[in-house]
Amino acid sequence: MSIGSWLRDHPRMLERAYGSTKSLFQKLDPVIKRIGYERVDRWISGPEDWSKKIIFNCKMCGQCVLHSTGMTCSMSCPKNLRNGACGGVRANGHCEVKPEMRCVWVEAYERSEQMGTWGHEITHIQPPVNRQLEGSSAWVNMLTGVDQEVPKGWVGINTIPVLEKNGSGS
Amino acid sequence: MSGEMKAGTNLERVLRAGHFAVTAELGPPDSSNPDDVIHEIGVMEGAVDAYNATDASGAHCHMSSVAVSALTAQQGLDPILQISCRDKNRIAIQGDVLGAAALGVGNVLCLTGDDVTAGDQPEAKRVFDFDCMHLLRTLRIMRDKSMFLSGRPLTTAPKLFLGAASNPFAMPYDFRPIRMAKKIEAGADFIQTQYCFDIPRFKEFMKRAVDLGLHEKAFIMVGVGPMKGGRSAEFIRKNVPGVRIPDAIIDRLNGAPKGKKAEEGKKICIELIQQAMEIEGVSGAHIMAYKLEHQVPDIVKGAGLWPRPVMEAVQEPMPEPVPGD
Repeated sequence: MSIGSWLRDHPRMLERAYGSTKSLFQKLDPVIKRIGYERVDRWISGPEDWSKKIIFNCKMCGQCVLHSTGMTCSMSCPKNLRNGACGGVRANGHCEVKPEMRCVWVEAYERSEQMGTWGHEITHIQPPVNRQLEGSSAWVNMLTGVDQEVPKGWVGINTIPVLEKNGSGS
Repeated sequence: MSGEMKAGTNLERVLRAGHFAVTAELGPPDSSNPDDVIHEIGVMEGAVDAYNATDASGAHCHMSSVAVSALTAQQGLDPILQISCRDKNRIAIQGDVLGAAALGVGNVLCLTGDDVTAGDQPEAKRVFDFDCMHLLRTLRIMRDKSMFLSGRPLTTAPKLFLGAASNPFAMPYDFRPIRMAKKIEAGADFIQTQYCFDIPRFKEFMKRAVDLGLHEKAFIMVGVGPMKGGRSAEFIRKNVPGVRIPDAIIDRLNGAPKGKKAEEGKKICIELIQQAMEIEGVSGAHIMAYKLEHQVPDIVKGAGLWPRPVMEAVQEPMPEPVPGD
């Protein structure tokens, strides 16, 4: 078992790591802003790509929603589904496209059930991907807010009222 | 559930009037001859409320779903335009929907689509710019806000009755009703499920859907289809993504006498519709009779759903007379 798959099977730990890294970046924001977001993007997008590839098989879409998808990279789904799982999942829970691989979204759902803070966000509708952000640092995009920008028509409708997985809608 | 009329298509009127609706899949031809489509529609005419025009299903290229839908509308019948996200990006899709609406199409079924590897051209580039959730929401924005996804206004918004697919028979089972809830929130007015052969599993799915109140927000139609025999059922189980056929069904088909296997398949299909009709929250049946379209009228009759209701056409308001005309 690779270190990446071991970590992915411990979503609570990854969720906590995400929470602390997020607040670290937010604290450093004034400094990063002074240095310049573009320059910092050049510095960190390489290491971010390297580390997230090992842990999450990250595709560097530049608008990371890992915490909303069971700390499982939705872009590693061969259909790039931001809102899976598709109806093609095999009887053994494996992928329609790559029969040797477990469905990314089956894993995302299982892991979201183990997460305490952001697990419920698997019920959110994720907006379409902004393909212009591919290859850039998701952390820097989080600070500038560009990762939250949605097409004008979509404004105000990017999530749904959260459904409790064990009960009725709220 | 009555609710506000979105497009006034025959399917929508049948459902809102509280009838148990019936739709069927049209197998689009590998031909450029419109008569091939018209012939197939004729085989099923009078048996169904609307016709699904598939969009290169199983990643096999056929006549386009926009063209098949337009030909259906020309016959005075109600098409359901299927759109898959596999082959077109957001720009192409929005244009196609405006074009289809201009040609008389009111129902649209929004699908992610089978992967290119399921078809005979696996070397093709897969698009998947959108997933079905984005497609549903974008068409809802076009209909309700009269604008493209980008915000650019439309001079005439398309009137659309939006559909989505759901597969209660694929993992993760607990998540399937939640995902259907997301699709309804994204814009689905009706749902057509994958082939149902497993009534206990479907009952469980529907129970959860009813608990969540989803049957009051969208019309849920059970997907069914006749099988030619045990061998073809096994082929479908093995090769069509997401289709689960229990061994008991295949054994029953294999056990039928030679020459009576297709008849047994039809009987199973009728029984499945009748069982599904008893389940709370089920509003209709969607019949996928691949290469067995001629069986559809018998299936509808056998299930006690013949004749289909004749709905009065929605009266379009007369345009205001322009002074000086």
